[in-house]
Amino acid sequence: MDFFNVFVQQIINGVSLGSIYALIALGYTMVYGIIKLINFAHGDIYMVGAYVSFFAVTMANMSIVPALLISMVVTALLGMLVERLAYAPLRHAPRISVLITAIGMSFLLEYGSMYFVSPTPRTFPEVMGNLAYNIGGFVINGQQLLIFAITTILMIILTYVVQKTKVGQAMRAVSFDTETAQLMGINANRIINFTFGIGSALAAAGGVLVGVYYNSIDPLMGIMPGLKAFVAAVFGGIGSIPGAMAGGIMLGVIEALVSGFISSTFRDAAAFAILILVLLFRPSGIFGKAVREKV
Amino acid sequence: MAAMLEMKDVNVFYGNIHAIQDVNLSVNQGEIVTLIGANGAGKSTTLRTISGLLKPKSGEIFFEGQPIGGQPAQNIVKAGISQVPEGRRIFANMTVLENLELGAYTRSDKDGIAADMEVVFGRFPRLKERLQQEAGTLSGGEQQMLAMGRALMSRPKLLLLDEPSMGLAPILIKEIFSIISDINATGTTILLVEQNANMALKVAHRAYVLETGRITLSGDADELASSEAIRKAYLGG
Repeated sequence: MDFFNVFVQQIINGVSLGSIYALIALGYTMVYGIIKLINFAHGDIYMVGAYVSFFAVTMANMSIVPALLISMVVTALLGMLVERLAYAPLRHAPRISVLITAIGMSFLLEYGSMYFVSPTPRTFPEVMGNLAYNIGGFVINGQQLLIFAITTILMIILTYVVQKTKVGQAMRAVSFDTETAQLMGINANRIINFTFGIGSALAAAGGVLVGVYYNSIDPLMGIMPGLKAFVAAVFGGIGSIPGAMAGGIMLGVIEALVSGFISSTFRDAAAFAILILVLLFRPSGIFGKAVREKV
Repeated sequence: MAAMLEMKDVNVFYGNIHAIQDVNLSVNQGEIVTLIGANGAGKSTTLRTISGLLKPKSGEIFFEGQPIGGQPAQNIVKAGISQVPEGRRIFANMTVLENLELGAYTRSDKDGIAADMEVVFGRFPRLKERLQQEAGTLSGGEQQMLAMGRALMSRPKLLLLDEPSMGLAPILIKEIFSIISDINATGTTILLVEQNANMALKVAHRAYVLETGRITLSGDADELASSEAIRKAYLGG
């Protein structure tokens, strides 16, 4: 087993982990792009997504794809509800108030979930069997293939919606200049709400895939991936959709390489070291444009 | 005949600042009415209130007899009022075409939108040449034309123009004002806010003068243009 083999194998692992970060990072970046809020409850939305699919698979005996779809729908509705109840009333409040509300909402979701589903971690059922493909000496397992497939499909759909549809055009307009978008007759509140829905559905997909990948879910599972996805979004350039995709995957690859060549203990340290470096040297991220603050 | 747009005793606040006070103003169908005044007099505030971006604290606004004061902005656009905001505010990261499409956001009549797009191209041929270009790369005059074309795409009955001459070269200012007259001649009523009182009074039928949030003078544009007080305060002598 030489350097090259370890390297390629870690890249495969890193891309699959990174795809999940990317799915969560998209929600952060889209919400930030549209209302300049770092939605700290986003990681917990992802946790709820994992639980919904867990119950769909274990109690309703669904297979993974329908469970994923149900989880995305339920979680999208939850995200929209959270926005309507907790953030929309603060639309004209100082940004710090909304940020603190988001932190509060995060705790509410974490500890509310503990109350309802118990704090004990649950074992996510085996949905892909023991599939594993050996391609030229490198192992790709069924879970990883599922992650690649789902992430790719979701990113294509998202790109299409944002770039080609009327609602996507409205999202970009509101994100660029909310007030002028309103002058076009766009109902900004509805578009913002819709953006939370899409972001939450993508996070839910991430949550389901993590359940599938690591086989274990618990009410606090959203904290670390939530923070990592935030790092990924900043890394890619917060507010940029391609940035979140690239940032998530790169972060996953870097973590995997650190685990493979140094030690998995340093994995998280590497992620946050990246955040510090990006903030120091390229605060607008790899895809972000240095935009002036609007006055 | 009842006025197309009527503001009755409208008061608007920005926090504690009383931005416009007891404003009474009317615009009749077919007119160009201009609202002139110094920087900070409340001209933009008046337009933003009509467009639903600001809610009046008191007073009423009627459009074609219907109360519209305090309604959300999308309802105002649907009612037939569209605004070209101060500083053009085009969507710089989108193409010229997308900007125009967004102007027609409230409409779903594909054929009508396509027809109006042609009308806009007829009025602003340069936009047609630059259809796939990012709007942010246009020159200032082209951006103003795009902002006006975008506002026309909702097929408004009343067009609100906020400082269309701002930052433009004199030759372009002339062009923009002649386009304003053209748009009016084809049946669109216009409420024009301007610091360039000279040009505004030339194209307008009637005018209001706004000073620190209050309307202090109103009348026929020609009369105001020749009045001593106006000449001194706004027309440079």
